[in-house]
Amino acid sequence: MYYFDPHIHMVSRTTDDYETLSKMGCVAVSEPAFWAGYDRGSVDGFRDYFEQLTSFEPSRAAQYGIQHYTWLCINAKEAENVELSREVIAMIPEFLNRPGVLGIGEIGLNKNTRNEATIFLEHLDLAMETNEQILIHTPHLEDKHQGTRMILDMLTGDQRINRNRVLVDHVEEHTIRPVLDAGFWAGMTLYPVSKCTPERAADMVEMHGPDHLLVNSAGDWGPSKPTAVPDFLLEMRRRGHAESLIRRVVYDNPIEFFSQSRGFNFQVPE
Amino acid sequence: MNKQEVLQREFLLVRAKVLEIAACLDRIDRAEGDLPQNHQRELLSEAIGHLLGKTGNRAEQIQLLFSREYSDQWRSEFQL
Repeated sequence: MYYFDPHIHMVSRTTDDYETLSKMGCVAVSEPAFWAGYDRGSVDGFRDYFEQLTSFEPSRAAQYGIQHYTWLCINAKEAENVELSREVIAMIPEFLNRPGVLGIGEIGLNKNTRNEATIFLEHLDLAMETNEQILIHTPHLEDKHQGTRMILDMLTGDQRINRNRVLVDHVEEHTIRPVLDAGFWAGMTLYPVSKCTPERAADMVEMHGPDHLLVNSAGDWGPSKPTAVPDFLLEMRRRGHAESLIRRVVYDNPIEFFSQSRGFNFQVPE
Repeated sequence: MNKQEVLQREFLLVRAKVLEIAACLDRIDRAEGDLPQNHQRELLSEAIGHLLGKTGNRAEQIQLLFSREYSDQWRSEFQL
Protein backbone atom coordinates (compact mmCIF):
# COMPACT_ATOMS: atom_id res chain seq x y z
CA MET A 1 0.00 0.00 0.00
CA TYR A 2 1.22 3.49 -0.83
CA TYR A 3 1.44 5.85 2.11
CA PHE A 4 2.33 9.46 2.96
CA ASP A 5 4.39 10.39 6.03
CA PRO A 6 2.99 13.85 6.89
CA HIS A 7 5.56 14.73 9.57
CA ILE A 8 9.13 13.52 9.26
CA HIS A 9 12.41 15.42 9.70
CA MET A 10 14.43 14.04 6.82
CA VAL A 11 17.29 16.55 7.26
CA SER A 12 18.19 14.37 10.25
CA ARG A 13 18.09 11.12 8.31
CA THR A 14 20.45 9.41 5.92
CA THR A 15 19.85 8.81 2.23
CA ASP A 16 19.54 5.12 3.12
CA ASP A 17 16.37 6.03 5.01
CA TYR A 18 14.86 7.53 1.86
CA GLU A 19 15.61 4.25 0.11
CA THR A 20 14.00 2.21 2.90
CA LEU A 21 10.92 4.45 2.99
CA SER A 22 10.53 4.08 -0.76
CA LYS A 23 10.78 0.30 -0.57
CA MET A 24 8.06 0.28 2.10
CA GLY A 25 5.58 2.21 -0.05
CA CYS A 26 6.20 5.81 0.99
CA VAL A 27 5.40 8.06 -1.96
CA ALA A 28 5.52 11.46 -0.25
CA VAL A 29 6.70 13.16 2.93
CA SER A 30 6.05 16.53 4.50
CA GLU A 31 8.82 17.99 6.62
CA PRO A 32 8.11 20.76 9.14
CA ALA A 33 10.88 23.09 10.25
CA PHE A 34 12.05 22.17 13.74
CA TRP A 35 14.74 22.46 16.38
CA ALA A 36 18.21 21.37 15.22
CA GLY A 37 19.30 20.17 18.66
CA TYR A 38 20.94 23.52 19.37
CA ASP A 39 19.76 27.13 19.25
CA ARG A 40 20.72 28.88 16.02
CA GLY A 41 22.39 32.21 16.47
CA SER A 42 21.12 34.29 13.58
CA VAL A 43 18.43 34.70 10.97
CA ASP A 44 20.92 33.54 8.35
CA GLY A 45 21.11 30.18 10.09
CA PHE A 46 17.40 29.78 9.42
CA ARG A 47 17.75 31.07 5.86
CA ASP A 48 20.28 28.31 5.18
CA TYR A 49 17.98 25.75 6.82
CA PHE A 50 15.01 26.83 4.68
CA GLU A 51 17.24 26.59 1.62
CA GLN A 52 18.03 23.01 2.58
CA LEU A 53 14.35 22.21 3.14
CA THR A 54 13.21 23.67 -0.17
CA SER A 55 16.11 22.68 -2.44
CA PHE A 56 18.33 19.84 -1.29
CA GLU A 57 15.79 17.61 0.47
CA PRO A 58 13.31 17.54 -2.45
CA SER A 59 16.11 16.51 -4.81
CA ARG A 60 17.41 13.86 -2.39
CA ALA A 61 13.89 12.43 -1.96
CA ALA A 62 13.20 12.47 -5.69
CA GLN A 63 16.06 10.04 -6.29
CA TYR A 64 13.87 7.42 -4.63
CA GLY A 65 10.56 8.46 -6.15
CA ILE A 66 9.44 10.28 -3.00
CA GLN A 67 7.75 13.68 -3.27
CA HIS A 68 9.01 16.08 -0.62
CA TYR A 69 6.97 18.93 0.88
CA THR A 70 7.87 21.30 3.68
CA TRP A 71 6.67 23.84 6.27
CA LEU A 72 8.55 26.88 7.53
CA CYS A 73 8.78 28.62 10.92
CA ILE A 74 10.95 29.14 13.97
CA ASN A 75 10.18 26.35 16.40
CA ALA A 76 8.86 26.76 19.93
CA LYS A 77 12.16 26.04 21.67
CA GLU A 78 13.94 28.90 19.87
CA ALA A 79 10.87 31.12 20.22
CA GLU A 80 12.17 31.99 23.69
CA ASN A 81 14.44 34.38 21.77
CA VAL A 82 11.71 36.80 20.75
CA GLU A 83 13.98 39.19 18.85
CA LEU A 84 15.45 36.44 16.67
CA SER A 85 12.00 34.90 16.20
CA ARG A 86 10.67 38.16 14.80
CA GLU A 87 13.59 38.38 12.37
CA VAL A 88 12.88 34.84 11.17
CA ILE A 89 9.14 35.49 10.81
CA ALA A 90 9.94 38.56 8.71
CA MET A 91 12.25 36.48 6.49
CA ILE A 92 9.92 33.46 5.94
CA PRO A 93 7.95 35.07 3.05
CA GLU A 94 11.13 34.90 0.93
CA PHE A 95 10.47 31.13 0.71
CA LEU A 96 6.67 30.79 0.79
CA ASN A 97 6.20 30.66 -2.97
CA ARG A 98 8.81 28.00 -3.55
CA PRO A 99 7.50 24.67 -4.91
CA GLY A 100 6.58 22.22 -2.19
CA VAL A 101 6.09 24.74 0.62
CA LEU A 102 2.79 23.88 2.30
CA GLY A 103 2.58 26.56 4.95
CA ILE A 104 3.69 27.67 8.41
CA GLY A 105 4.91 24.95 10.79
CA GLU A 106 5.61 23.29 13.05
CA ILE A 107 4.72 26.19 15.30
CA GLY A 108 3.47 25.59 18.81
CA LEU A 109 4.50 25.47 22.43
CA ASN A 110 7.26 23.61 24.24
CA LYS A 111 7.25 24.64 27.90
CA ASN A 112 4.09 26.73 27.56
CA THR A 113 5.77 30.05 28.32
CA ARG A 114 4.69 33.61 27.61
CA ASN A 115 7.38 34.08 24.94
CA GLU A 116 6.38 30.88 23.17
CA ALA A 117 2.74 32.00 23.14
CA THR A 118 3.73 35.46 21.87
CA ILE A 119 5.64 34.01 18.92
CA PHE A 120 2.90 31.46 18.25
CA LEU A 121 0.40 34.30 17.87
CA GLU A 122 2.78 36.19 15.57
CA HIS A 123 3.13 33.08 13.39
CA LEU A 124 -0.66 32.94 13.19
CA ASP A 125 -0.66 36.54 11.97
CA LEU A 126 1.88 35.63 9.27
CA ALA A 127 -0.19 32.62 8.17
CA MET A 128 -3.33 34.73 7.94
CA GLU A 129 -1.61 37.55 6.06
CA THR A 130 -0.12 35.10 3.53
CA ASN A 131 -3.11 32.71 3.40
CA GLU A 132 -1.00 29.72 4.45
CA GLN A 133 -2.01 26.45 6.07
CA ILE A 134 -0.72 25.77 9.58
CA LEU A 135 0.95 22.73 11.14
CA ILE A 136 1.18 22.73 14.93
CA HIS A 137 3.53 21.03 17.38
CA THR A 138 2.06 20.24 20.80
CA PRO A 139 4.36 19.76 23.79
CA HIS A 140 5.35 16.40 25.17
CA LEU A 141 4.85 14.54 28.43
CA GLU A 142 3.47 16.56 31.36
CA ASP A 143 3.25 19.75 29.28
CA LYS A 144 1.08 18.29 26.50
CA HIS A 145 -2.40 18.68 27.95
CA GLN A 146 -1.86 22.21 29.22
CA GLY A 147 -0.06 23.29 26.03
CA THR A 148 -2.66 21.79 23.72
CA ARG A 149 -5.44 23.55 25.59
CA MET A 150 -3.54 26.85 25.36
CA ILE A 151 -3.01 26.34 21.62
CA LEU A 152 -6.68 25.53 21.05
CA ASP A 153 -7.58 28.62 23.05
CA MET A 154 -5.45 30.81 20.78
CA LEU A 155 -6.71 29.16 17.59
CA THR A 156 -10.40 29.21 18.42
CA GLY A 157 -10.10 32.78 19.64
CA ASP A 158 -8.94 33.92 16.20
CA GLN A 159 -11.94 34.34 13.91
CA ARG A 160 -9.70 34.56 10.83
CA ILE A 161 -8.65 30.92 11.06
CA ASN A 162 -10.23 28.25 8.88
CA ARG A 163 -10.00 25.24 11.20
CA ASN A 164 -10.04 22.80 8.29
CA ARG A 165 -6.66 24.22 7.21
CA VAL A 166 -4.93 23.55 10.53
CA LEU A 167 -3.24 20.28 11.58
CA VAL A 168 -2.55 19.81 15.30
CA ASP A 169 0.17 17.20 15.69
CA HIS A 170 1.35 14.81 18.41
CA VAL A 171 -2.16 14.24 19.81
CA GLU A 172 -2.53 11.46 22.36
CA GLU A 173 -5.40 9.92 24.32
CA HIS A 174 -6.02 13.02 26.44
CA THR A 175 -5.77 15.62 23.66
CA ILE A 176 -7.25 14.02 20.55
CA ARG A 177 -10.88 14.65 21.45
CA PRO A 178 -10.70 18.43 22.02
CA VAL A 179 -8.69 18.86 18.80
CA LEU A 180 -11.16 16.92 16.64
CA ASP A 181 -14.23 18.32 18.39
CA ALA A 182 -13.02 21.85 17.60
CA GLY A 183 -12.86 21.00 13.89
CA PHE A 184 -9.10 20.75 13.39
CA TRP A 185 -7.12 17.94 11.79
CA ALA A 186 -5.16 15.79 14.24
CA GLY A 187 -1.86 13.96 13.77
CA MET A 188 -0.67 11.02 15.85
CA THR A 189 3.10 10.76 16.13
CA LEU A 190 4.59 7.30 16.56
CA TYR A 191 7.72 7.18 18.67
CA PRO A 192 9.65 4.38 20.34
CA VAL A 193 9.78 6.05 23.76
CA SER A 194 8.10 9.32 24.62
CA LYS A 195 5.09 9.57 22.34
CA CYS A 196 2.47 7.23 20.93
CA THR A 197 2.94 3.62 19.77
CA PRO A 198 1.43 2.10 16.61
CA GLU A 199 -0.85 0.02 18.84
CA ARG A 200 -2.19 3.05 20.72
CA ALA A 201 -2.65 4.93 17.44
CA ALA A 202 -4.73 2.02 16.13
CA ASP A 203 -6.76 2.19 19.36
CA MET A 204 -7.45 5.89 18.75
CA VAL A 205 -8.62 5.21 15.19
CA GLU A 206 -10.99 2.59 16.57
CA MET A 207 -12.28 4.94 19.27
CA HIS A 208 -12.53 8.18 17.28
CA GLY A 209 -12.88 7.05 13.65
CA PRO A 210 -10.61 7.98 10.74
CA ASP A 211 -12.07 11.39 9.96
CA HIS A 212 -9.52 14.24 10.10
CA LEU A 213 -6.89 11.86 11.50
CA LEU A 214 -3.30 11.41 10.26
CA VAL A 215 -0.41 9.29 11.46
CA ASN A 216 3.30 10.14 11.19
CA SER A 217 6.73 8.97 12.31
CA ALA A 218 8.37 12.31 13.19
CA GLY A 219 11.65 10.55 12.28
CA ASP A 220 14.22 13.02 13.60
CA TRP A 221 17.71 13.06 15.12
CA GLY A 222 16.55 11.54 18.42
CA PRO A 223 15.47 7.95 19.08
CA SER A 224 12.80 7.57 16.41
CA LYS A 225 11.77 5.17 13.70
CA PRO A 226 11.21 6.57 10.20
CA THR A 227 9.29 3.43 9.23
CA ALA A 228 6.75 3.79 12.06
CA VAL A 229 3.86 4.45 9.67
CA PRO A 230 4.21 0.97 8.09
CA ASP A 231 4.26 -0.39 11.66
CA PHE A 232 0.87 1.26 12.21
CA LEU A 233 -0.36 -0.08 8.89
CA LEU A 234 0.65 -3.62 9.88
CA GLU A 235 -0.98 -3.30 13.30
CA MET A 236 -4.26 -2.24 11.66
CA ARG A 237 -4.07 -5.20 9.28
CA ARG A 238 -3.36 -7.62 12.12
CA ARG A 239 -6.53 -6.40 13.81
CA GLY A 240 -8.48 -7.19 10.66
CA HIS A 241 -9.30 -3.64 9.58
CA ALA A 242 -10.30 -3.00 5.98
CA GLU A 243 -7.64 -1.84 3.55
CA SER A 244 -9.87 1.11 2.67
CA LEU A 245 -9.86 2.30 6.30
CA ILE A 246 -6.08 1.98 6.59
CA ARG A 247 -5.55 3.72 3.26
CA ARG A 248 -7.78 6.58 4.36
CA VAL A 249 -5.56 7.33 7.37
CA VAL A 250 -2.14 6.84 5.77
CA TYR A 251 -2.82 8.17 2.25
CA ASP A 252 -6.19 9.75 1.51
CA ASN A 253 -6.37 11.99 4.59
CA PRO A 254 -2.92 13.59 4.19
CA ILE A 255 -3.66 14.29 0.54
CA GLU A 256 -7.06 15.77 1.38
CA PHE A 257 -5.53 18.06 4.01
CA PHE A 258 -2.47 19.12 2.01
CA SER A 259 -4.54 19.71 -1.15
CA GLN A 260 -5.72 22.94 0.44
CA SER A 261 -2.25 24.37 0.03
CA ARG A 262 -1.21 26.10 -3.18
CA GLY A 263 2.26 24.57 -2.83
CA PHE A 264 0.91 21.00 -3.00
CA ASN A 265 1.37 19.61 -6.49
CA PHE A 266 1.03 15.92 -5.75
CA GLN A 267 1.66 13.49 -8.59
CA VAL A 268 -0.40 10.34 -8.08
CA PRO A 269 1.92 7.32 -8.44
CA GLU A 270 1.11 5.12 -11.44
CA MET B 1 -11.78 -9.34 16.87
CA ASN B 2 -13.86 -10.26 19.92
CA LYS B 3 -12.74 -9.82 23.55
CA GLN B 4 -11.32 -13.32 23.82
CA GLU B 5 -9.29 -12.88 20.62
CA VAL B 6 -7.92 -9.52 21.74
CA LEU B 7 -6.98 -10.93 25.13
CA GLN B 8 -5.34 -13.95 23.54
CA ARG B 9 -3.32 -11.73 21.26
CA GLU B 10 -2.22 -9.30 23.97
CA PHE B 11 -1.78 -11.62 26.96
CA LEU B 12 1.94 -12.36 26.73
CA LEU B 13 2.78 -8.73 25.91
CA VAL B 14 0.79 -7.38 28.84
CA ARG B 15 2.18 -10.08 31.14
CA ALA B 16 5.68 -8.95 30.21
CA LYS B 17 4.84 -5.28 30.81
CA VAL B 18 3.30 -6.00 34.22
CA LEU B 19 6.43 -7.93 35.17
CA GLU B 20 8.60 -5.00 34.07
CA ILE B 21 6.63 -2.66 36.34
CA ALA B 22 6.83 -5.11 39.23
CA ALA B 23 10.60 -5.52 38.82
CA CYS B 24 11.08 -1.75 38.56
CA LEU B 25 9.14 -1.11 41.78
CA ASP B 26 11.21 -3.84 43.49
CA ARG B 27 14.36 -2.09 42.21
CA ILE B 28 13.27 1.19 43.78
CA ASP B 29 12.47 -0.58 47.06
CA ARG B 30 15.85 -2.32 47.06
CA ALA B 31 17.81 0.88 46.50
CA GLU B 32 19.37 2.72 49.42
CA GLY B 33 17.79 5.75 51.09
CA ASP B 34 14.20 6.88 51.60
CA LEU B 35 11.48 8.37 49.43
CA PRO B 36 9.77 10.77 51.82
CA GLN B 37 6.63 12.19 50.22
CA ASN B 38 7.94 11.48 46.73
CA HIS B 39 5.56 12.95 44.16
CA GLN B 40 6.72 10.74 41.28
CA ARG B 41 6.37 7.53 43.30
CA GLU B 42 2.89 8.57 44.43
CA LEU B 43 1.93 9.30 40.84
CA LEU B 44 3.01 5.81 39.82
CA SER B 45 0.91 4.26 42.57
CA GLU B 46 -2.09 6.31 41.54
CA ALA B 47 -1.59 5.37 37.88
CA ILE B 48 -1.41 1.69 38.78
CA GLY B 49 -4.67 2.15 40.67
CA HIS B 50 -6.30 3.42 37.47
CA LEU B 51 -5.41 0.15 35.76
CA LEU B 52 -7.86 -1.63 38.05
CA GLY B 53 -10.72 0.69 37.14
CA LYS B 54 -13.50 -0.17 34.71
CA THR B 55 -13.83 3.18 32.95
CA GLY B 56 -12.84 2.11 29.42
CA ASN B 57 -10.65 5.20 29.09
CA ARG B 58 -7.79 4.22 31.41
CA ALA B 59 -5.14 5.52 29.00
CA GLU B 60 -6.77 8.96 28.92
CA GLN B 61 -7.15 9.03 32.71
CA ILE B 62 -3.49 8.12 33.24
CA GLN B 63 -2.37 10.72 30.70
CA LEU B 64 -4.31 13.37 32.61
CA LEU B 65 -2.84 12.16 35.89
CA PHE B 66 0.66 12.83 34.54
CA SER B 67 -0.30 16.25 33.13
CA ARG B 68 0.25 19.76 34.42
CA GLU B 69 -2.92 21.62 35.26
CA TYR B 70 -4.51 23.93 32.69
CA SER B 71 -5.82 27.31 33.76
CA ASP B 72 -8.29 28.98 31.40
CA GLN B 73 -7.05 32.29 32.83
CA TRP B 74 -3.59 31.75 31.35
CA ARG B 75 -3.82 34.66 28.91
CA SER B 76 -4.58 37.18 31.61
CA GLU B 77 -1.87 35.63 33.81
CA PHE B 78 0.58 36.10 30.92
CA GLN B 79 -0.91 39.52 30.11
CA LEU B 80 -1.41 38.41 26.50
